[in-house]
Amino acid sequence: MHAEMNTKILEVLEKHEAEVLAEWIKEQIGATTLRPDLLREGELREQCTKFIKLLRDAILGSNILDIQRPHWAPVRDMLGEISRSRALQGFSASETATFVFSIKQPIFARLRKSHDKADSLAEDYWSATVLFDKLGLYTAEMFQKSREEIIGRQQQEMFELSAPVVELWQGILCLPVIGTLDSKRTQLMLEALLERVAATQAEVAIIDITGVPAMDTLTAQHLINTVNATRLMGAECLISGVRPQIAQTMVGLGVSFTDVITKSTIAGALAIAFKRRGLGVKDLQPSEEPGV
Amino acid sequence: MERIPILRMGEFLLVTIQVDLHDRLATTLHDDLGKSLASTGARGVLIDISALDTVDSFIARVLGNIAQMSRLLDAETVLVGMQTTVAITLVEMGVSLPGILTALDAEKGMARLRAAMRKGRARASPKD
Repeated sequence: MHAEMNTKILEVLEKHEAEVLAEWIKEQIGATTLRPDLLREGELREQCTKFIKLLRDAILGSNILDIQRPHWAPVRDMLGEISRSRALQGFSASETATFVFSIKQPIFARLRKSHDKADSLAEDYWSATVLFDKLGLYTAEMFQKSREEIIGRQQQEMFELSAPVVELWQGILCLPVIGTLDSKRTQLMLEALLERVAATQAEVAIIDITGVPAMDTLTAQHLINTVNATRLMGAECLISGVRPQIAQTMVGLGVSFTDVITKSTIAGALAIAFKRRGLGVKDLQPSEEPGV
Repeated sequence: MERIPILRMGEFLLVTIQVDLHDRLATTLHDDLGKSLASTGARGVLIDISALDTVDSFIARVLGNIAQMSRLLDAETVLVGMQTTVAITLVEMGVSLPGILTALDAEKGMARLRAAMRKGRARASPKD
C-alpha cells in the first residue's frame, strides 16, 4: 500500500525535480516570511537542491511515513543544520518552518496531475501531508532546541560575568553579588571565590549581598556553605550588605548566621578585614578630632 | 605497618599527610596522635592536607575527632592547605568541622596555633 504511494511522490520528485525546485524557491521568495536581509538566494537554492536530493534518497530507501527511520537521518541532519543556522541568524520559528511547509504546494500540484483516480490522489495527499507536517514540526523542534542552546550559553556567560572576585587589598578579597542567587550560580560563585583564595592566599573574603533582591532559606544555606568552605580552606569569610528587609526575612524564616560575621555595609566589613590583617586607615589631613 | 610520621616542633606536633589517606591509616594516625599528645604534652597539632585530593566523610570525621581529642588533651588543632575541590565536597556533604582551626598554609597555621595559645594563656592567667 505504501509502496504505491511512495512511487508517486518519488515519481514527482524524479520527473519534475527542476520545476518543483523552481516553484518551491519562488514560493519561499514570495512568502512574507523570507528574510532577504539574512539569507541570500544562492544559499537558499543550494539548500533546496540538497534537500530535494536527500528527500528522494530517503523515500527510495524507506517507508514514507516514518521520518525516524535510519534512512531519514541525512534529511533530519540537514533540517537540524538549517534550523541551527537560522536560529543563529535570527529567524523566527515560523520563518524557519516555512522552509519545509512551502514545498507542499509544488509537490501537491504535481501529485494531482500524476493521479487519475480521486481515491488514490486523496490517499497520496494524505501521506504527503503527514510527511511534510512531520518534517516541518521536526524543523520547528530543532529550531526551538537551538534557541534553547543559545539561551543556555548566554546564561552561562552571564553567570561567569556575575561572579567577579576582586582584590580590595592585599589578602582581602571581595565578591559582590548582584541578582538572584540560585544553586547553579552559588556553585560558580563558590568555585570562583575558593580558587581566588587559593591563588592569592587571601586570609579574608567579603561576600557583599547588597545587590541580592530577595533571600530564601535555600539561598541562605548556599551562603552558609560558601562561608564554611572558605573557612575550611583556611580563610575567614564575612558577609556585608545585609539590608533590613533581608534581615527581617531571615529572622522570619528562622535562619541565623551563627559563627558568621555580618555587616550592613561593605565599609564595615572592610574595617574588620583590616583589623584581622593588622592594618589601619589613617587620616592624612591634620584635624582637631583624634583620628580613628 | 604503614604509618604517618608525627614530628615534634617545640610545643607543637606536625603531621604532613603525603599519601592517600585510607581508613585504616586515618584511625592509626588518630591513635598515634593521642599517644604523642599524652607523652609530649604538646599544646598544638598542625595537620597539613595540601597533598590530599579527596577527603571522604569518614576521614572528615576522623579529623573532627582528632580535633576534639586534642582539645581534651589541652591542645588546639589546625588544618592547613585544604584544596578547593575538597572544601566544596565537604561542604556539600554537610561537613563543616566546627571544632577545628584552619589556615591557608603551614606558616599561617603555625601563627594561628601561637595566637590560640596566647589566648589560652591569657584566659588561664586571671584564674591563677
